[in-house]
Amino acid sequence: MEGDSPVVIPGADGSNLVPSVVALDPMSAEGGRPTVTVGNTARKSLIETPERVIYSVKRLMGRGLSEIQDELKYFPFRLADDVQAGEVPRIQLGEMKFTPPEISAYILRQLKRNAERFFGSPVTQAVITVPAYFNDAQRQATKDAGRMAGLEVLRLVNEPTAAALAYGLDGAKEGTIAVYDLGGGTFDISILKLRDGIFEVQSTNGDTHLGGDDIDNLLLAVALDEISAEHGIELRSHPDAVQAVRKAAIDAKIRLSTEPSASFDIELPNGDRYQRVIPRDVFEVMIEPILERTVGPCKQALADAGITPESIDEVVLVGGSTRIPAVRELVDNLFYLSARGKKPHIELNPDEVVALGAAVQADILAGASKTTEEILLLDVTPLSLGIEALGGTVARIIHRNSTIPASATEHFTTGVDGQTNVAIHVVQGERELAADCRSLARFDLKGIPPMSAGLPRIEVRFLIDADGILQVTAREQRSGNAAQIEVKATYGLTDEQVEGMILDSFDHAEEDFAKRMLIETRLEAENLLAQVDRAPTHPAWQELSHEERAEIHAARTQLADVKTGDDLNAIRNATTGLDKATHRFAELMMDAAVTTAIRGKTMGVANDELGEEVTAPHPMAAAEFK
Amino acid sequence: MLNVLDSAVPVACWSCAHGHSTTTLFCPHCSKIQPPSGGTYFSVFGLKPLLNIDLPALEAEFHRLSRQVHPDRFARASEQEKQWSLADTALLNDAYRTLKEPLRRTEYLLKLEGSEIGEEFAGKDKANPSRVPADLLEEVFELNMQLDEMRAARKMGEEDPALHASLTEAQGRFESMLSKVDEDLRKEWTAWDEGDEAVRQTAQNKMVGMLDRRRYLSNLLRDVTETLGA
Repeated sequence: MEGDSPVVIPGADGSNLVPSVVALDPMSAEGGRPTVTVGNTARKSLIETPERVIYSVKRLMGRGLSEIQDELKYFPFRLADDVQAGEVPRIQLGEMKFTPPEISAYILRQLKRNAERFFGSPVTQAVITVPAYFNDAQRQATKDAGRMAGLEVLRLVNEPTAAALAYGLDGAKEGTIAVYDLGGGTFDISILKLRDGIFEVQSTNGDTHLGGDDIDNLLLAVALDEISAEHGIELRSHPDAVQAVRKAAIDAKIRLSTEPSASFDIELPNGDRYQRVIPRDVFEVMIEPILERTVGPCKQALADAGITPESIDEVVLVGGSTRIPAVRELVDNLFYLSARGKKPHIELNPDEVVALGAAVQADILAGASKTTEEILLLDVTPLSLGIEALGGTVARIIHRNSTIPASATEHFTTGVDGQTNVAIHVVQGERELAADCRSLARFDLKGIPPMSAGLPRIEVRFLIDADGILQVTAREQRSGNAAQIEVKATYGLTDEQVEGMILDSFDHAEEDFAKRMLIETRLEAENLLAQVDRAPTHPAWQELSHEERAEIHAARTQLADVKTGDDLNAIRNATTGLDKATHRFAELMMDAAVTTAIRGKTMGVANDELGEEVTAPHPMAAAEFK
Repeated sequence: MLNVLDSAVPVACWSCAHGHSTTTLFCPHCSKIQPPSGGTYFSVFGLKPLLNIDLPALEAEFHRLSRQVHPDRFARASEQEKQWSLADTALLNDAYRTLKEPLRRTEYLLKLEGSEIGEEFAGKDKANPSRVPADLLEEVFELNMQLDEMRAARKMGEEDPALHASLTEAQGRFESMLSKVDEDLRKEWTAWDEGDEAVRQTAQNKMVGMLDRRRYLSNLLRDVTETLGA
């Protein structure tokens, strides 16, 4: 938060987005842990070494073996050969194998480092957002990833709800809001009522297998089929070539949001070229079945909230895929927006709005500011929680769209004389049969005192916490004993496994952090020095007075002297000193740029138009340390 | 007769040791959060167990209490206080969800009064067709035949307009029967809220019957709507 508004922390490359791409560095295969790169850097490896790259890992979080196998049909990476049924599947990445939470932890660690670089101090706690329609296992896997990255996860926040928080910060708004969130891999729709600073989610629905990736895969499949038909080449057996086509497909998709057509031009392994122009209307017909899949969840969410589309006051669009004009048209029709003279909210960048909302939630949890002290988020559980009853049917104990935390108490007994164990199968989902729902966990209630059948009375309390994760406690009421519960989560890692996967050793966390800060601060200093050394070649240099040049020179020498030392503060201070000394030079450079831009106007007029202060960023500004 | 507010036993606050009622979420003396203990969904809101409820006031009170007990307000508190905030908020949410919805509220109160009612007995109804309300027997028999016919026709890819019209008509009829039951229920609410012991007993028995009838009607209506919409 900067003052009252959240800001996105950029990475070292200056970009606000860290794509969820993780690559294993090919250079470091011998000895020790290979280097893992994340984000834009890793993205470059997609074409060169596709077998060492994983992306969209969110789609694999908290999933079982067969589900991941289904998912991987569309992705170039594969499962490790020795994966056993019943364990968390591992993905082969070069010569290494990782579970989805570990891969996710690498991304979180990168974000943690970016934040530490920005704040100049260690970051140990986080609010992480998840798709609203994530089930218990997917949420738990996300929390595990946070722990592996060395972060205490204060709260998991549902992404559409976070977006509503980001938009609703000014507090004045009241009414009913629909958040339509179509991202890379998941779709969520949430309906919220906003009143007196309370964001009360009424209902949520979605599809954790629906997003921009599906559009990419469709374009890719069409292209591969055409290549096979026209050129007789089966590209599916060339992973690197498939990646090149995928990249072209993604580029085409993005261009089609702003242009009437986009073209493919790909060189094939045999030297032929695959060339094709896709007009936007053809693209829209192709993706219609995908977009249509968002309609059902929207209607269900409206029905669950007990409202009609006309009573939605505001619609917020979230996720990169909502840039597609056909998506906006669909949303417009769904909620009769233009018919009612309304427009969806797209003011905040759809890729950043969720992160901004998470910052607001973190501020609420920290109790840190006046802006957020009146705000409270009341979210719901997206899926019903049930227990497998006799005959394999489901007895629902907590219904979907119940405000969380939510709880239910159930009583169980024994069926046989002297029985000391009772097994309970907990499932999540809306179907009538347990086999059609998602198995969440099996609880084994142990240590029941031997009694006649039907006599023990075991009270089991199910509680869904504020993260949407289930907690269970049990008590035998006749003996008063707290029953022992052995939980066998159907999907997921044990505590011990998570411990073993923690990325950085905590023993050295402080020391590591100091080292890293020193390295990064030196880098900043070197960048600034390099810029200053180039300064005399700029015409603006000639406009500086002799004293100003001398001051820059002195500050330059000062920084060059301390930069190789170990004193972090000395380097920082000297960096700030040089930055200040070059401030006027930077302004002159900017004036030169402005003068070029506002041709034919005197400097005075330009300044009037720009206001008193030129607010464009200082071209030499180093990262700000507080 | 149940009177929850009187049954609240005083307990000592964990923090300042002053006595307070078991149904409060916060110690009135030192304002520390208290573990949930005893009480009913009504007493969470400081309400007497009555069926007519001022819903806007209930919502305002829900928001006021949420602001106080929600885990977001205890992110920096002790582990123990966090747990209590979680448990208290779950109780508050469960209570609000139950009381704001007229049918859940009625079922909950009738259960407190010892009536066998609600979802866990719904299974029995399905398995036992003899619980078809007597006045509906003939109509339900006819309707089920039509539903079967409709489904069979659908499978063949056919559509019988006369059958469709007849089912649509039945749909409307059941909808108005449902509204009638809801209307009757509301009358009994007032009888229960304002009556003496004998009046309450009669109202309670009537409401149990009405809820059974209502559940049966809404299941039937769901079948018709699903078949028509399929």
